[in-house]
Amino acid sequence: MSAVDAPGRAEPLGPLAAMRMLMLRNYLSYRAAWKLYLTGFLEPFFYLLSIGIGVGQLIETFEFNGQAIPYAEFVAPGMLAASAMNGALLDSTFNVFFKMKYEKLYDQILATPMTTGDVARGEIAWGQLRGGSYSAAFLVVMVAMGLVHSWWALLALPATLLIGFAFSAVCMAVTTWMKSWQDFEKVTLVQLPLFLFSATFFPITALDGWARGIVEVTPLYRGVVLCRELTTGSLTWASAISVVYLVLMGIAGLLVVRRRLGTLLLT
Amino acid sequence: MTAALPLREGVGRQVDYWLTVARRTWRGSVVSSFLSPLLYVVAMGVVLGGFIDGDPDQLEGAPSYLAFVVPGLIASHAMQTAVGETTHPVMSMIKWQRVYDSMLATPLQVPHVVAAHLGFVLFRLVATCAVFTLVLAPFGVFETWWGAVLALLAQVLVGFCFATLVYGVSARLRNEEGFGVIFRLGVFPLFLFSGAFFPVTNLGEVGAWVARLTPLWHGVNLSRMFALDHITWWVAGVNVLVLVVLTVLGWFWSVSGLAKRMAS
Repeated sequence: MSAVDAPGRAEPLGPLAAMRMLMLRNYLSYRAAWKLYLTGFLEPFFYLLSIGIGVGQLIETFEFNGQAIPYAEFVAPGMLAASAMNGALLDSTFNVFFKMKYEKLYDQILATPMTTGDVARGEIAWGQLRGGSYSAAFLVVMVAMGLVHSWWALLALPATLLIGFAFSAVCMAVTTWMKSWQDFEKVTLVQLPLFLFSATFFPITALDGWARGIVEVTPLYRGVVLCRELTTGSLTWASAISVVYLVLMGIAGLLVVRRRLGTLLLT
Repeated sequence: MTAALPLREGVGRQVDYWLTVARRTWRGSVVSSFLSPLLYVVAMGVVLGGFIDGDPDQLEGAPSYLAFVVPGLIASHAMQTAVGETTHPVMSMIKWQRVYDSMLATPLQVPHVVAAHLGFVLFRLVATCAVFTLVLAPFGVFETWWGAVLALLAQVLVGFCFATLVYGVSARLRNEEGFGVIFRLGVFPLFLFSGAFFPVTNLGEVGAWVARLTPLWHGVNLSRMFALDHITWWVAGVNVLVLVVLTVLGWFWSVSGLAKRMAS
């Protein structure tokens, strides 16, 4: 029996309308935390100044796709990608866990005509709105500091959204299995090595053998390389692999979230 | 009203409480206490450091970037541990779980409660920094054994200094939103710009002096001078003096903050 046949039952919202509704709800509740939002812009900027400029004075140049580039130019796209991951990860673990377990927000939403798929899409889209604004500001800072020399850099913004989407979806899926705040230590356990070893701070050639192989198949590395190729203007076929990789990762996450929310909240 | 309890006895009565807390919570902090900084050491010190010339003139006397970065990283880690232990946990004791209320319903008084809580933080700082020093010693980053011991004391001192200052702030805050600001505008910039990752002179003259005004720099500098056995004694004296004075001020700031809060 389909929902349409049931007499007196409210018509479900379309996916876009539902997504908009959830984003509006999040915007209303987030307005009070504007200080936290504004200070979020500073984080990648601080990293760039400290590591890029401070440590950069100790390093000559790095080779990337056959080009020698100054350290600040090398590290900035890495920071861009990493902060897209970090933002998405925080939003889709801590916040989602809190809403699911303490606020019981999704129970309430599912009592309306919205579906589990709407919840997954709406939360992820909301996270992208916030993360995307940080990434855009960061790109502007990079341009102002003279760290960008290619028009391809314009595509770095959609690239960070893609990274954010992939990580949000998978992390939200992971969060549905979490039981207590202690489980977040495990998130850090994955997040920190990804952040530090995804060729963010140094070229992948610094690693060799199995270590390099492992890093090359991790999602943040794909994102870092993609951003770096775009901001330095040295695109390769590997860029397409990165894009496909991240899209598939996001879709897989999304499907799992929808199914898991269904088992957790609708049975 | 009964006669006031001496401070030593007041603290002594809470030892078993804090031991129980330590026994029940240490697992949850293993990753953030030990693994995270160790990963930083490997990524920044070993791998990135492989690209940096070990020029003692550029690295404040360090023979390699690893030797330069390790003492600074441990000192900043002490700060982060201290701030972590004196933000949410303090608010939880005041507001969420109201443990302080029940403690103060006994003959215990505010200074006893503050001293015992800070004592627990001190214990965590000693344990965390000592484990670090032991793990990193085989990497050859310490010039002398006594330098490593003095560096450890410097790290614990700077951590404790932050513990007293931040405790005083937490006792006065009404909700946890302020913690986000402390971490983002305080801890994080200090971590990045107080000379842990690069000599503060790389920030330019003005930047270097601003960095030298921060408490973390005093701890980082002290820790590094001892670890590298590259000590300018008058500077070390100034570093210690600044940290001790701030710690004493922080103690009074904490006690007065909690006293006002619990009375209101």
